[in-house]
Amino acid sequence: MDDIERILRESVGPALATLTRVLRDFDLAEESLQEAAVLAMQRWPTDGNPDQPAAWLVTAARRKALDRLRREGRRPLKQQSAWRRDTALGTGTPDDPALVVEMHEESDVLLDDDQLTLLLMCCHPSLNVESQIALTLRSVAGLSTVEIARAFLVDDTTMGQRLTRAKRKIRAAGIPFTRPLSADLADRVEIVCHTIYLVFNEGYSSSGPSLMRVDLCAEAIRLGWLLHRLVPDDVEVAGLLALMLFHDARRPARLSADGELVLMEDQDRSLWDHERIGDADAILRVAMVNRSPGPYQIQAAIAALHSTAAHADETEWPQIASLYGVLRRVVSSPVVELNRAVAVAMADGAGAGLALIEGLIERGQLLDSHLLHAAHADLLRRMGHYPAAIVAYQRALELVRTEPERRFLERRIIQLS
Amino acid sequence: MRYMLLIYGDATYQPSEAEMGATMGEYMAFTQGIIDSGEMVAGDPLHPVSTATTVRVREGVRAITDGPFAETTEVLGGYYIVDVADLDRALAVAALIPGARQGSVEVRAIVDYSAG
Repeated sequence: MDDIERILRESVGPALATLTRVLRDFDLAEESLQEAAVLAMQRWPTDGNPDQPAAWLVTAARRKALDRLRREGRRPLKQQSAWRRDTALGTGTPDDPALVVEMHEESDVLLDDDQLTLLLMCCHPSLNVESQIALTLRSVAGLSTVEIARAFLVDDTTMGQRLTRAKRKIRAAGIPFTRPLSADLADRVEIVCHTIYLVFNEGYSSSGPSLMRVDLCAEAIRLGWLLHRLVPDDVEVAGLLALMLFHDARRPARLSADGELVLMEDQDRSLWDHERIGDADAILRVAMVNRSPGPYQIQAAIAALHSTAAHADETEWPQIASLYGVLRRVVSSPVVELNRAVAVAMADGAGAGLALIEGLIERGQLLDSHLLHAAHADLLRRMGHYPAAIVAYQRALELVRTEPERRFLERRIIQLS
Repeated sequence: MRYMLLIYGDATYQPSEAEMGATMGEYMAFTQGIIDSGEMVAGDPLHPVSTATTVRVREGVRAITDGPFAETTEVLGGYYIVDVADLDRALAVAALIPGARQGSVEVRAIVDYSAG
């Protein structure tokens, strides 16, 4: 990606956030920002890149918006004072120093606040999860519709319609661009965390390297850093960021040179990004001082135990198993129970883990997840019950989605046959 | 913005006299609250769904059927129209409606033809 494109992408989120506040109209802000980006592509190569690209874009886009409103003979709603001020300055060019200074005075102080408001709006609970993800990646992360479509393996038209529907709902339903009541803030931030984590997981579980797909893990981590900066006191946001960093640090070792899946116990730990693990560890330690562990912090603490073990056989499985016990009390879900079963199997023996997995099967939980059957198969294999293990591996194979995992399961079956 | 808050509840639920009285009191308090805040536009309870009649006109012919538009367990029992700042406020108001605790309240923005 060339320099201007990168700067533009990084500036879209902050610029759109401030513009939405100033114009009080998300659609208008977005349309005029696109026009401003086109202008930037023309101007910056000759004029040089501005020191404050986001502020430059806000100024240029605001002018575009005013042009548009004048053409259409309407005025921005509820924002008469901004209208008058801009009309007064309307003769200046976007890089008119007076206007740029004006923009700095007005927007820079509030820029961060605006970005949080934009994130909260994109992840408003009245939008469905798919819309939240699409809007967040488009408006906050600055990805193009085509990039988001490819990242989620849907066609461009579908993603375009999804974004259009989401924006129509924002407008028609009156989803506000305002900070929620402080009593609601933590709950709303939690939804943003969930959205970011879904983006990360989509990137993490997607198969193989593909040049066509943007790196969703990197985008999710970028959003995680942003949210952490915007609400530094929210320890769950810190937990989420640490969790993503721990996982991402292990990514280089997850696939072998020929694209095969490598289990954590077999990974070459020298390939792990130890600087990233250090960052994650530091963030988590600061958060844990508050002693209000939520699901992200607990999962990050589990990831920390994995990431800081020098060898697989030095992993502190009893601690991990007990953290899953804690996690289960905070969020009771079959997936947590499955992970606990695996940890218990490592800490107390395969039989103890198998009993927990059989409990899940008896309750009919996760029967459509390949992870359940793969874990079940693995414990049966370790206990020497090969025929039963093969049956479970085959069930997992029927349900698995990604190619490296499919080949891994096939290899296991061949080994046992 | 104006919103319609549609209150849905279980048609088969039979409250006791005491419960009915308590619920009435809660509704009166809620209604007074949004009158005082200047957000109340309209609001009424509806007679039971058993009293509903549905009208359809097909190719100029009017057909009248007994009962609601769709048979569901949750039926429309009443509504409010409020004029509030935005969806967040509408949702906050909707959550205060006593019916939200047993049934559910659907929040729908009313189309404003006067907006640019």
